[in-house]
Amino acid sequence: MMLGNWSVRIGGAALLLMALVSMAAPWLGTVDPSLFDAASRDLRPGESGEILTLEGETLKHTFRMGSDSFGRDIYSRVLYGTRVSLAVGVGAAALALAFGIVLGLCAGYLRWLDGPLMRVMDGLMAIPAILLAIALVALWRAGIGTVVAAIAITEIPRVTRLVRALVLSIREEPYVEAAVSLGTPTAKIMFGHILPNCIAPLLVQGTYIVAFAILVEAILSFLGVGLPPDIPTWGNIMAEGRVQFVAYPHNVFFPGIFLAVTVLAVNMLGDGLRDTLDPKMAKRV
Amino acid sequence: MLRLTPGDPAAILAGDAASSEQIAAIRASLGLDRSLPVQFAIWLGNLLQGELGQSYFYKMQVTTLIGQRIEPTLALATLTILIAVVVSIPLGVIAAWRFGGWFDRALMGFSVIGFSVPVFVLAYILIWIVSLKLGWFPVQGYRRIADGFFPFLHHLILPAITLSVIYIALIARVTRASVLEALGEDYIRTARAKGLPEMRVLVRHALANAAVPIATVIGIGIAILIGGVVVTESVYAIPGLGRLTVDAVLARDFPTVQGVILFFSFVYVFVNLLIDLSYVFLDPRIRY
Repeated sequence: MMLGNWSVRIGGAALLLMALVSMAAPWLGTVDPSLFDAASRDLRPGESGEILTLEGETLKHTFRMGSDSFGRDIYSRVLYGTRVSLAVGVGAAALALAFGIVLGLCAGYLRWLDGPLMRVMDGLMAIPAILLAIALVALWRAGIGTVVAAIAITEIPRVTRLVRALVLSIREEPYVEAAVSLGTPTAKIMFGHILPNCIAPLLVQGTYIVAFAILVEAILSFLGVGLPPDIPTWGNIMAEGRVQFVAYPHNVFFPGIFLAVTVLAVNMLGDGLRDTLDPKMAKRV
Repeated sequence: MLRLTPGDPAAILAGDAASSEQIAAIRASLGLDRSLPVQFAIWLGNLLQGELGQSYFYKMQVTTLIGQRIEPTLALATLTILIAVVVSIPLGVIAAWRFGGWFDRALMGFSVIGFSVPVFVLAYILIWIVSLKLGWFPVQGYRRIADGFFPFLHHLILPAITLSVIYIALIARVTRASVLEALGEDYIRTARAKGLPEMRVLVRHALANAAVPIATVIGIGIAILIGGVVVTESVYAIPGLGRLTVDAVLARDFPTVQGVILFFSFVYVFVNLLIDLSYVFLDPRIRY
């Protein structure tokens, strides 16, 4: 059913390709992304040069996407950067969904929790997402874990609201009433009866969070407040390349293209999933 | 909250050569030697008096600092919203009018792409084409409006176009959806039946009835806009509040970070309040 949708097919295929590329990065003609060679600085895409390995040997290497001002291979950095971006995207989405589901179920089903919990969420949502992520990353030592957590925290209120809204309508269904009358434990009703009926919209929302998280990670790294510069990410590569953008635009464009294509693929996947899983919604937007 | 960060602002201010006594002295003068709850209480007390505290780095009141940096940001945001509204609403209406046609499909395709291309990638593509290849606009920088309106606009228009793309995508989508819904109503058929020109049907009948969701999404979009301002100002070297935020985070200038984020959040909530109030004019059935 889902595979019949062209959006899902194209988005899913592109994303799968990205995932494969990130996993197969060591075998795709890359070198260690942290290697640099002063003799190979600022090469244009496709030029050949030399690169110094950690063992002190000099390798002949073709810089498919050129090199940066340290003489590092942009192609290797971009490919390895795919790993970081996908990991951050999926990690942040999983974390936001996990917390959002629990909090949303509690707010929607346990009425006494609803008021206080949702006011906290409203408070968090009043801070524009990217600013909140910047503030949170500044708060902790920058690393993959903290970036993932910071992005997840900005998304938790939205997931919570979605789950709460779904729970409020599902809890009125006859099968929930039946379960209550049979004396089913509250936790089992929440996670066993209500949660499975929220899966489809959550899947769609989760996809959008992946796209958003990849974007925010790149923005944070680009601004210099995200992952430390020794981890190659698309945002870091662009941040380092922007200084000499006028002379060597490839340092900015190649990671930018990868970033845009990945986010586009995830968004298309999300749109397609929404169309197939939720036809009512599809007609409206 | 930000004070739990590992970086020590006193150490950054003192520089590399400072002795530990000098750092301690700076820390005491900033009030950083007191406990966190005490620091927070002082900050909250000052806030109630309209004070956001003293910036560690810029050595001035955060309120003054925000006042100095607000002009570029305000100008950029206003121009962006202006461009976005003027472009996106007609696009959305036409797409809804020709629902399913090539224009509609093209606009929906554009809107998915508009959501996906990060604002700084777009910024560099535009700088590359429009500034470097065509030479129409300056690459970076900002001119105050006091230095003349034309240079001001000339420097601002490219950042505003960059920033407006995602906003256009968002508003056009919602405009199309809500106009489409309105076009299915009976009063549209009636309006057409009595021979009104199509233009009048679309604007006075369909668009007017679709105004509330469009206003709502413009308000929600302010959050995206604020995030975009931070990035755009950084790319185009505009000395506004967005740049200030990033610089302050990097310098561990906590009062400034807190102040700017509080200010942005206040603007976001306030604009949305204004939009809520505007529903009364957009839809006379709504009363408060």
